[in-house]
Amino acid sequence: MNFNLHDLALLAPEDFLLGAACAILFIDLFLKQTQRAVTHWLAIAALLGTLAIVLCAPGQVQTAFNGAYIHDTVATVLKTFILGLVAVVFVFSRRYLDERKLFIGEFYTLMLFSTLGMLLLVSAGNLVMVYLGLELFALSSYALVAIHRDSGVASEAAMKYFVLGALASGLLLYGLSMIYGATGTLDLAQIRAVGGVGVNGLAQHPTLFAFGLVFVVVGIAFKFGAAPFHMWLPDVYEGSPTAVTTFIATAPKLAAFGMAYRLLESGLGTLAPHWSQMLAALAALSLVIGNLVAIAQTNIKRMLAYSTISHMGFLLLGLLNATPAGYAAAMFYAICYAIMTAAAFGVILLLARAGFEAEMIDDFKGLNQRNPWYAFIMLLAMFSLAGVPPLFGFFAKLLVLKSAIDAGFLWLAIIAIVMAIVGCFYYLRVVKVMYFDKPADTSALELPRDLPLRWVLSINGLALLVLGVLWGPLIGWCYRAFGLPG
Amino acid sequence: MMTSDSILLSLLIWLPIAGGALVVLAGGSNAGRARWLALIVSIVIFAVSIPLLTGYDAAAGTMQFQEHHVWIAAINANYHLGADGISIALIVLTTFVTPLVVLGAWDAVHERVGQYMAAFLVLEGLMIGVFAAMDALLFYVFFEGMLIPMFIIIGIWGGPRRVYATLKFFLYTFFGSIFMLIGLIYLYLHAHTWDLAQLAAFHLSAMEQAWLFFAFLLGFAIKVPMWPVHTWLPDAHVEAPTGGSVILAAIMLKIGGYGFIRFSLPIVPDASQEFAWLIIALSIIAIIYVGYVALVQEDMKKLIAYSSVAHMGFVTLGLFIAFALMRVTGNTQAAYLGVQGSMVQMISHGFVSGAMFTCVGVLYERMHTRMIGDYGGVVNTMPWFAAFWVLFSMANCGLPGTSGFVGEFMVILASFAMNPWVAAGAAFTLIIGAAYTLYLVKRIIWGDVTNDHVAKLKDINPREALVLGLFAAGVLVLGIWPEPLTHLMDASVKHIVDQLLIVKT
Repeated sequence: MNFNLHDLALLAPEDFLLGAACAILFIDLFLKQTQRAVTHWLAIAALLGTLAIVLCAPGQVQTAFNGAYIHDTVATVLKTFILGLVAVVFVFSRRYLDERKLFIGEFYTLMLFSTLGMLLLVSAGNLVMVYLGLELFALSSYALVAIHRDSGVASEAAMKYFVLGALASGLLLYGLSMIYGATGTLDLAQIRAVGGVGVNGLAQHPTLFAFGLVFVVVGIAFKFGAAPFHMWLPDVYEGSPTAVTTFIATAPKLAAFGMAYRLLESGLGTLAPHWSQMLAALAALSLVIGNLVAIAQTNIKRMLAYSTISHMGFLLLGLLNATPAGYAAAMFYAICYAIMTAAAFGVILLLARAGFEAEMIDDFKGLNQRNPWYAFIMLLAMFSLAGVPPLFGFFAKLLVLKSAIDAGFLWLAIIAIVMAIVGCFYYLRVVKVMYFDKPADTSALELPRDLPLRWVLSINGLALLVLGVLWGPLIGWCYRAFGLPG
Repeated sequence: MMTSDSILLSLLIWLPIAGGALVVLAGGSNAGRARWLALIVSIVIFAVSIPLLTGYDAAAGTMQFQEHHVWIAAINANYHLGADGISIALIVLTTFVTPLVVLGAWDAVHERVGQYMAAFLVLEGLMIGVFAAMDALLFYVFFEGMLIPMFIIIGIWGGPRRVYATLKFFLYTFFGSIFMLIGLIYLYLHAHTWDLAQLAAFHLSAMEQAWLFFAFLLGFAIKVPMWPVHTWLPDAHVEAPTGGSVILAAIMLKIGGYGFIRFSLPIVPDASQEFAWLIIALSIIAIIYVGYVALVQEDMKKLIAYSSVAHMGFVTLGLFIAFALMRVTGNTQAAYLGVQGSMVQMISHGFVSGAMFTCVGVLYERMHTRMIGDYGGVVNTMPWFAAFWVLFSMANCGLPGTSGFVGEFMVILASFAMNPWVAAGAAFTLIIGAAYTLYLVKRIIWGDVTNDHVAKLKDINPREALVLGLFAAGVLVLGIWPEPLTHLMDASVKHIVDQLLIVKT
């Protein structure tokens, strides 16, 4: 092992973000509360700067630190959307935080460090880097959930998140150590190479290796929030300040996909026949539990939490195919899911005022009469989540269904579509409340003059429609990332 | 491949959608402006659709006005549009009915007029997309996309039980079509194409065909709707605003029949033949049983909705009788007559049911009730209206000289060539159809004025007369001189019938 400046150059996005996060942490100390906007804009600038570096990076696959860090198109695609989405979350949350006295520097620095963890995670080339990235992300997000110190629900959610998250990290670490024990290496590419030889295509210690896989799958399922490892998700979504929920609901799902891809494909690809069965079971459970329980929810954040669980079930349909087309479908699904969920939470954040969270479904009553434009944005988000064409969400579902059927899981595809119909019901209920019910107060809605939020939210919502028609370039990018002609 | 013979079909799809956006943006707060804008846009679209009729080479009967652009290279999906005689007939029906719906809602809708008009224009664009798509994925996108505006239309402007009706409508049709999607994905994974022509040429085993047949059946049978999956229709019709009912009956139901023609018949011909008996049996049940159900309805809209189910039974009967004829007796002429009859029946039903629902709307606006028992002797106070109503009722019974007769007669002739009993069953509708339609006329139109409300009724105004007059013109022209329509579809129907002969297994 020797230190090489070239390695640091390859990590330019992470270097930049780390430097920027530290600088913002420092600068924020000297700002008065009235000047907090400086932190806000610096944080957004840091993300966009990192994004620019990511996009300017050369196309070919490169590794740094003896393979611990991988630079490839998969990482580039995921980082692009992670950075973009976190920037969107910043724009969405500013006024919400301000009204709740949460407009503080910690929010921004924690978010930036969390983002840094995600960037490392999706570029991880060995087990240590996976764990490092994961923990950097997770520890920051535990603190973010608890950022509203005076709120009992938030503290409870943070506690639950932390305890269960730590448990999952422990399980994952245990699994990683078993894999290390079985193969004698931490490097994912070498694990794959070693895992391919020996009895039944396993390493010298097939039992140990297989047990390691089980723990790794559990760790991944926890991060996705796939049933039966979903227990933390509804409470965290409901209990966190909506700004933090928006963050947890979007970018981390992309990072979770990156982690799953690195561990399962790059590292344990030889065990694909085994883990695809495990993922199939997780997918079936997530689809059924997520969709059925969502029907009973009256709190829209909680409903979206169960909807997330079901969407993770759909995402796993792509992953379990264990082919490049399947990974591309799953990555496309993760991107699509994050964009549409951001739009839905954006509307909630827009409607929330000081002392009013706009988190009950009934709070949306008659929104179409009071503000047709944002009702329309929410309508797009709901139909997209439901998977009705011509909206974006449909095409993501189409691709994962295709990859599940391709992998021979027709029964799972049937479960998925039946559950998609069930899912339609609760998404349509939000549309029903907004469009068909009479509002209690028919006056036009007073919306805050938060122009960045309104513009970005409008673009985010319309993107669901535009990407529904012109999704070719995006899926092409995903296909090329996995070496397919796109 | 990037070719396009013309951009006419694209214009017909995207103009209404852009027009809808314009109406809601420019007329969102001004009802009058929204009405006029919507009317102008819809008339312009009708004008744009005329070149389809004049420029189509009906003798060739091929897909014309084709446009072909790569849509999603990764999964080989294309933006491939084209229209043959069958599509053109349905597209022009759509562009003809939409301005009438806009006019029909002129005084009837007061709430959120801009959104109402916009929803219908967007719906028009999506429906034309269904009729023009030659790529299965593109078809599916339009096919499902239609649900969104219709869901909104029934939900916002519908009657008291609108939420129940619109959710039932949405979930029912979504349920059917999503199974069709699984079928399409399966086809794609084996044929690696979404192109309908290539899928039609793709070989499939008998087993595969059977599964695909039922996947398609679920999607299209619910849309048609066929007995026993028709139960969403009466609810949707009863609760929908007049315009929603008109579009639903006149065009959306046709999409189910059209789907059978484009998917079931060419892609899974062997399974379609094998299960033709099933469809024929269901169609006969629809014609007879649903006819009886219509007889006892107390609600005008429900009665007409059930009569729609019965009439659409003729469409499916004509389509699938062709199989029995082609494969068993080899009677090409009769098979051709069956498919042609189905198509004529679809167009005719578009006019007749649209007109009937408009008539109900006219009455409803004045009396705010759809119950048959609240009316009686309307002829005394609304003679002009009564004249129109009787004309459309005659067409609904299938009286010669109206459009209703032509299609039904052709289908009955075709079924006779297969089995006189099937023909007898089908012909039974002429009796039962006459019974429920004339009984409705008797209770609403004839007799003495039954109550004060009817006595105060005012006859139709010029706007309503124009709408009903245009529908009446369609009904009469098709009835007396159907030749232009049959000529338009002639060669295209022959193509379809020829495809039925191909054995794919």
